[in-house]
Amino acid sequence: MPVRRTDKTAMPVQDAQVRAHNFFEVNGGYSAAHAAFEAERCLRCQHPLCMDGCPVHIPIRDFIHAVAAGNLPDAARILRTANPIPSICGRVCPQESQCEAECSMGGRFNPVAIGHLERFVADWERTQALSIEPAITRTQKVAVIGAGPSGLVCAGELARLGYAVTIYEALHAPGGVLRYGIPEFRLPKAILDWEIDMLKAMGVEIVCNVIIGKTLTLDDLTGKLGYAAVFIGTGAGLPQFLGIPGENLNGVYSANEFLTRINLMRAYDFPNTDTPVRVGKRVAVIGAGNTAMDAVRTALRMGADEAMIVYRRSDEEMSARVEEYHHAIEEGVTFHWLTSPLEVIDDGSGWAAGLKCQRMQLGEPDASGRRRPIPIPDSEFVLPVDNVVLAIGTTPNPLLTRTTSGLAVTAKGCLLADDATGLTSKTMVFAGGDAVTGAATVILAAGAGKRAAHAIHANLQPSA
Amino acid sequence: MTRIIDARQLTPVTKLFRLDAPLIAASARPGQFVMLRVREGGERIPITIADYDRAAGTITIVVQEAGATTRRVCALEPGDSLLDVAGPLGSEIDLPAGGHVCGIGGGFGSAALLCFMRERSALGDRTTAILGARNRDLVILADELARVADRVEVCTDDGSAGFHGFVTQRLAQLIDGGGAGRPDAVVAIGPMAMMRAVAETTRPHGIRTLVSMDPLMVDGTGMCGGCRVTVGGQARFACVDGPCFDAHEVDFDTAMRRNKAYVREEGIASERAACQSGRSGGHASQAH
Repeated sequence: MPVRRTDKTAMPVQDAQVRAHNFFEVNGGYSAAHAAFEAERCLRCQHPLCMDGCPVHIPIRDFIHAVAAGNLPDAARILRTANPIPSICGRVCPQESQCEAECSMGGRFNPVAIGHLERFVADWERTQALSIEPAITRTQKVAVIGAGPSGLVCAGELARLGYAVTIYEALHAPGGVLRYGIPEFRLPKAILDWEIDMLKAMGVEIVCNVIIGKTLTLDDLTGKLGYAAVFIGTGAGLPQFLGIPGENLNGVYSANEFLTRINLMRAYDFPNTDTPVRVGKRVAVIGAGNTAMDAVRTALRMGADEAMIVYRRSDEEMSARVEEYHHAIEEGVTFHWLTSPLEVIDDGSGWAAGLKCQRMQLGEPDASGRRRPIPIPDSEFVLPVDNVVLAIGTTPNPLLTRTTSGLAVTAKGCLLADDATGLTSKTMVFAGGDAVTGAATVILAAGAGKRAAHAIHANLQPSA
Repeated sequence: MTRIIDARQLTPVTKLFRLDAPLIAASARPGQFVMLRVREGGERIPITIADYDRAAGTITIVVQEAGATTRRVCALEPGDSLLDVAGPLGSEIDLPAGGHVCGIGGGFGSAALLCFMRERSALGDRTTAILGARNRDLVILADELARVADRVEVCTDDGSAGFHGFVTQRLAQLIDGGGAGRPDAVVAIGPMAMMRAVAETTRPHGIRTLVSMDPLMVDGTGMCGGCRVTVGGQARFACVDGPCFDAHEVDFDTAMRRNKAYVREEGIASERAACQSGRSGGHASQAH
């Protein structure tokens, strides 16, 4: 029977002072004892609301029940059937606003640590010998564009359904934002590699260095290459800039560039690797989403004495995961809330030396539903900084849509796709993830990839 | 892995490679580039596509030893492979057909004129290539360009071949009606200082002029924003909006400064690459 304990079983973490200077994973993961202890807290609700809070509707109660019963193979099977990348989602999902927000334990008590348990089960599964065989049972083949979360999940689902799947990836390594964006201390590359190896073992082919829209067109895929269907999971990788003076000074990075240099190109190991990055003593990261938290904590690990978040709204409006925010505080990140950047100051030789800012106050809610920041007159001040990293959002990459006719997009450049199926304006071309929604979360992208895979399957089934 | 079919030393520091890359050859257009990587842990660097042969499934690139990666590329021989070659990236050179087109190549930038001049000649344009180099030994591909352009003019700083002086001086003569006559459009590919000088030469005459920018770049697909170039006061990404831009609108000062951001690091990496390949010396800058 469930045991009433008010608090979540604590996640073992690396000491904050130590981890602020290394790239090893912050969270150590539950032991089997931790997991069983926490799983006992689940109330096993008859109508589990947590499941409604999960974008891919993992049978959360059932897998947690299996953990409590010590049946990890069952737990792993339940989890993976619903979510093909649990070891990733267990680490990066914003559980506090999804499954855990709906947990019946919430309110009076802390919700069950669903994310920690998901991670535990997936990590246990990774220690088991797997006997996956490619099971391509169908003659139709499907192409997936982009090896990020939505593409990987879509490919995995289609492979499970027996299709021959080829993923085309523009970069030299698969993973998309999971590889170039999310740092090692939050999602170790070994985990990502394992998930990708699973797909390969299922028979999914991954072709890197091919840019659909440039190397091959979308129509080449459905035409001369003979793919019966295509899934577009190209993400939202185009960084936004503020348009403020000094933004093109040296030392000013988009978060994508900063994180790509470090995560994908391994600039932390320069000069053993060839790609450099310059991280000075004081780094200001503009924005307060997960990417901003990743960038600011990465700056600390790259040797910055002071790494700070500059955000024009307050912590109430911050979109980062609460856990990452707390980890950032513990590691010594400083926060300038209600602070809007006005200009990057030149050191006289073309490098950033300061960030001129203005204090803000919150007014009435704006179109986003969040209270609008309003400048406070005569409140300008300068933060001395060596680097400015812009983490203020991304938009879908226009590369594919610019070179494909008949692919409808919204005013913001997002692909138009049916909510339920992912079908675009082109026959047998589906899309999902950030390319459709604009920058969102890994699990939403995964959910879209999964839905599209089943829609593709439904469309390719010979009518009875 | 992309196999090197041919390799030919053009100057002591410049080497031409023909690569087995049928997918890239099939869709390449003048002005586009590839991103390549030589080894695990290596950089991704942009290299302009000099030429392509769709039937043979090959592309040609010319690489000048400058930094660590270009040094490693230039040590390769036929039969060797590049780890990754992705492309074609960027937009093709966008000019209306008809009229007199002048392509200006500075140093190894001349290579990028090969497919451009051939395509313009095929479109019926009158084509003139002006190739600039410090001395005659550094002039590259003049014979190959002579086969695809109506006229090739060589300019050397020391007068050891062709016109004694800068490409801009020869261009000014053309604009004044000398040689092949005033061009209707100019495309300049080469060192930033040369491209800026070309822009200033054509500006007073209102001649449509494009320059191929080569900023620092990480991914080449519009993702990092590191290659932003200020054009007409707006930030544009060289990898997806360029690499060719209206020369009269480009902010060259900012572009040149941004390209020097990693001079110190490039020096370190370059020295290491030199040591590893058993050679020494050299300064660092990125390839075109």
